[in-house]
Amino acid sequence: MRIMKIQQVKELTAANVVCGAALLDKEVSSAFASDLMSDVLTLDCNEVLLVTGLCNLQTIRTAEMAEVSCILFVRGKKVTPEMIELAEENQMILLETPYSMYRTVGLLYSSDLRPVY
Amino acid sequence: MRFRYELEGGNFSRAGYASSEIKKTLKQLSVDPKIIKRIVVALYEAEVNVVAHAWRGEVLAEVDAEKITIELKDEGPGIPDIPLAMQEGYSTASAAVREMGFGAGMGLPNMKKNVDELIVESKVGVGTQVYMLTRFS
Repeated sequence: MRIMKIQQVKELTAANVVCGAALLDKEVSSAFASDLMSDVLTLDCNEVLLVTGLCNLQTIRTAEMAEVSCILFVRGKKVTPEMIELAEENQMILLETPYSMYRTVGLLYSSDLRPVY
Repeated sequence: MRFRYELEGGNFSRAGYASSEIKKTLKQLSVDPKIIKRIVVALYEAEVNVVAHAWRGEVLAEVDAEKITIELKDEGPGIPDIPLAMQEGYSTASAAVREMGFGAGMGLPNMKKNVDELIVESKVGVGTQVYMLTRFS
């Protein structure tokens, strides 16, 4: 599979939709997993899903600058109201999964969501 | 067009505000999205640097039809060895900065990679000035 709908990302990882519920038909063509925002800022691609355990306002800011429109927070991290406000301003989709980073990326990878590199 | 934004050392909730505003302006001016991304990634890294290391600072941006120039001036500890700071992986960031997802020694290299010209000047104990220029075509 070369593309995956966010709805499928949600189902595969038993994720909760925090914001952007109306945008689940959007598609991503690859995924990148990192807790280091400077690495996210080096990405040269669009339609990428960011998988991260770093849950703070800078995660949303980083996604805004890196043109990432969907973030999947792992390890049961809880998004704050301040983060939701900024994400909504930028028409982002935020998901929370109780699964670990390893389990999450394993599930997505084995469902043919491609890595950025 | 000229813009000015203030930065406050340690105030991470504000880091990225200037980048966000500049991004909106450049979009309105129909600058190539790929170039916008490069500009705002560099500016955002620079903002994080000021918030992470300095006491206070400002962002001064000037946009015309062909280019954007951005200056960041801060009052802070300065950078004793700029070539060392430009090396990927070298960092003096605190644990608090690392918890925010930065501080891995990628900031200055990322900035250099994303702009057409980067000049960094610093005086220890006084502060740092960063000048970045990006052409729109």
